[in-house]
Amino acid sequence: MTEGSSAEAELSVRVSSIRITDVTQDGDVLTFAIASQKLNSSAGVCVFRTYEDFDWLQQSLFSQENLPGLHGIIFPPLPSKALPSQSNTQTKALKQLGFLALGQAWQSYSKALEFYLQQVATHPTLCKCNALDSFLINSESPGRQRGRKGIFNRLSQAVEEMRKESHKDVDNFFQNERIKNTNLAALSKVATEKLLDVVMTEQKLALACGHFSTSLHLCVNQDDAAAVAFSKVCLKLSDIIEAVKRNFEKAGSSNLSTLGLGLDLESRYQEAEKEMLFRRTCKLIELETVKKSTEKAKANKREVMEAFQKAVEKEFSLISSVAKQEIERFHSSRVNVLKNFLIGWCEQQLNTAKEFAELYSQHLEACRNMYTE
Amino acid sequence: MFLSRLRLPSSEIQSTLTCNGQSAMSGGCGRNPPPFPDNEDQEAELDTQVLDSDDDDDEGEDIFTGARSKPITPTSAPDEGDIFSEEGSYVRSDVHHATNGLHSDEELDLFTEATVELTLTNTTSQGRREIIGPTASACNTTRVPNSILKPSIVTKTMEELEEEESGDQFELNIAVTNPEKIGDGMNAYMSYKVSTQTTLPMFLNKTFSVRRRFSDFLGLYEKISAKHSLLGCIIPPPPQKSVVGMTKVKVGKEDSSSAEFVEKRRAALERYLQRVVAHPSLLQDPDVREFLERDELPRAVNTQALSGPGLLKMINRASDAVNKMTIKMNESDNWFESKLQEVENEEQLLRRLHAAVDSLVNHRKELCSNTVVFSKSVAMLGSVEENSALSRALSQLAEVEDKMEQLHQQQAFSDFFILAELLADYVRLLGAVRCCFEQRMKVWQRLQEAQSTLQKKREAEAKLLWANKPEKLQQAKDDINEWESKVSQYERDFERVTCTVRKEMLRFEKEKARDFKQHIVKYLESLLHTQHRLVKCWEAFLPEAKAIA
Repeated sequence: MTEGSSAEAELSVRVSSIRITDVTQDGDVLTFAIASQKLNSSAGVCVFRTYEDFDWLQQSLFSQENLPGLHGIIFPPLPSKALPSQSNTQTKALKQLGFLALGQAWQSYSKALEFYLQQVATHPTLCKCNALDSFLINSESPGRQRGRKGIFNRLSQAVEEMRKESHKDVDNFFQNERIKNTNLAALSKVATEKLLDVVMTEQKLALACGHFSTSLHLCVNQDDAAAVAFSKVCLKLSDIIEAVKRNFEKAGSSNLSTLGLGLDLESRYQEAEKEMLFRRTCKLIELETVKKSTEKAKANKREVMEAFQKAVEKEFSLISSVAKQEIERFHSSRVNVLKNFLIGWCEQQLNTAKEFAELYSQHLEACRNMYTE
Repeated sequence: MFLSRLRLPSSEIQSTLTCNGQSAMSGGCGRNPPPFPDNEDQEAELDTQVLDSDDDDDEGEDIFTGARSKPITPTSAPDEGDIFSEEGSYVRSDVHHATNGLHSDEELDLFTEATVELTLTNTTSQGRREIIGPTASACNTTRVPNSILKPSIVTKTMEELEEEESGDQFELNIAVTNPEKIGDGMNAYMSYKVSTQTTLPMFLNKTFSVRRRFSDFLGLYEKISAKHSLLGCIIPPPPQKSVVGMTKVKVGKEDSSSAEFVEKRRAALERYLQRVVAHPSLLQDPDVREFLERDELPRAVNTQALSGPGLLKMINRASDAVNKMTIKMNESDNWFESKLQEVENEEQLLRRLHAAVDSLVNHRKELCSNTVVFSKSVAMLGSVEENSALSRALSQLAEVEDKMEQLHQQQAFSDFFILAELLADYVRLLGAVRCCFEQRMKVWQRLQEAQSTLQKKREAEAKLLWANKPEKLQQAKDDINEWESKVSQYERDFERVTCTVRKEMLRFEKEKARDFKQHIVKYLESLLHTQHRLVKCWEAFLPEAKAIA
């Protein structure tokens, strides 16, 4: 598989048609079915991929050669690997994946992977990468080749990187952006975690309601008239509590599938931007270091050093210009993404609330009639 | 023995409630009655008068003046739901865990929450609640002469008793409010305002209030329990003492948990009083009236026995005693035995239900705190957001979550006060029911003992006859007479208690079904109310979300 060929390949599938339609679990391995539609025909394509394949794709994207200013790109964030084995308790899964660990049958996780593919496919530069096309249409999986890790630095690693991170910028635009990004990244992470807590409690509530509702069924006793009347009342309450339980389940699931996913995506994207800004900062530090060395260089080495410095400067300015474009694109698209999630969330919650208001109202009517019997 | 105890002073006897047209006296509105007769014969006379007039006209005619008093119907409309829609969400939003009881501007609403409808109708076409059935009749000593005059009443079947109607309806509303801490340190105590609103003539005023402390309530329980439990009545148990809760209040810990404790206790005291006055014979008890009316009550001492663990021990001893006794098997006893078993089973069930509701309440509280934290985090996100529409939307979102937290809080209160406390009350009431059954056992045991003593006396007499000792014979004959009359007295007692317990059970079970129904309606109303407010929240937020550009 040629990685990162310089040919300007276009994606051969319709971007909006990319879907993850199914996920199956076999022991520890999750397999995703990815469907898309060919651009020039009505033919559909379906391929099966595992997480390793996604990882391969991401690595391929990172390690594209001859792409000027590659470091300035905000790479769409790939969710962490899910570990579905039995020994992985829910708390561990939650810590690792947050919201994506919830929901039935890995639905949230699949959705997040789907977003990832869509983000890559809509990126003006990344969509041209061959790796993406072959990922989407080749029936064979891309193999277990490990691409070079590339020059992709993981921010979370060294303490010295923390120091680099706070290095003052030469450009106001970037200085401000870095500050904003730091705040947003931290706050959106917190918000995501807190919403997760809410959803977990909603699940507990649903469980408690279920427990209460079944216990009420034990009160049925047909011995005499009064016992029958009392039993009726208990069964009625049981129905009501059952409804409350379904209400919690629905509300929790809406929280999860809209706002939860949205906040999770936002928080991971902020991290992706952070990584891009960090790469640029590292380049800046490199440039400043080279400048200092060049100044100190003895005459015989000076020309070489100056040439080197020029190269670095060029790299840096390319990165910066790509970064600027990326940042603007990111700003506008994230607002749109959040807007859609918020609207979806609100609409779902509103519908759920109305549905259950109606249901409770019916129950109340029935109760009052029962009462006047 | 208790004949004299239940004798009521003259001014009060006529103002007792009518029970199904076979009452002692029907109530009228304050007027001077003829002096209360001192012996049973005259009681009987009065009764006949009452019975005659009541037979003529059930619609609340004043037997003394013959004036018609319109039955005073409670404020509820035939649609029973309205009673509770007045009360609405049981805990109003301002009765937050931080507040201490009701605020003064809610005084007006005081009694809508506290309505105890003392209708004497069992079944009406409008489905009015029945609180007082015909059960009082057996407890009332004035019944005894009645039974002589009109034996048919006592032998009425259960069905007939259920179907009888009475026209007299009187209103008695009780509210317990305004908890105030009196004193400081470990000698401090909470004083509660007990307000009564009534049309019953046996009270001096129509509206009055007194201040009582918790030990007063326990003292009341002690008094009425001593008198009425021997008759086989089910005495509503008082709220439990709580050393931890009270200590917090005493040391002046001004936090939400002690305020919650006070509110919980206030509500429990209110329900306790409402149950007491809902019981027809307890309402007639002068101690109850004194409790409601009298300005200063002597301090109730020795209420230690009635503390939570003490009461529980008492109840457990009762069930042990019942288990140890061998019960002679006759037909009516089967009913009692199976009923007791039912009661015990139900108690276990209700305990389980209570635990389930408790867990629900705790989870809701957890949801509240999580929601608040989430709301704050969203607010912070909104504050650093540059895009102004998104920023505004996020702030709105934070507010929506805040409102939801309040709704969750209210719903948690509803869960607690409507469901959890109901279940807890009934667990304790079922304990009281078991005590009631135990009383019957005691009475039976006493009868057994008397019968065996009588047997022994007869044997002694026989021996004396054989041994030909005439000087002791008279003594023996006297003994036999004494014990014969005791045995017949105890037989009557036992029959009476048996009858009472049956009626009490009937009343209790009806009451329980009715109580639960009412509470479920209340609960649903609170759910619905919360749900509607939730819909409004979302509807308000949607345009904000759509406005993000």
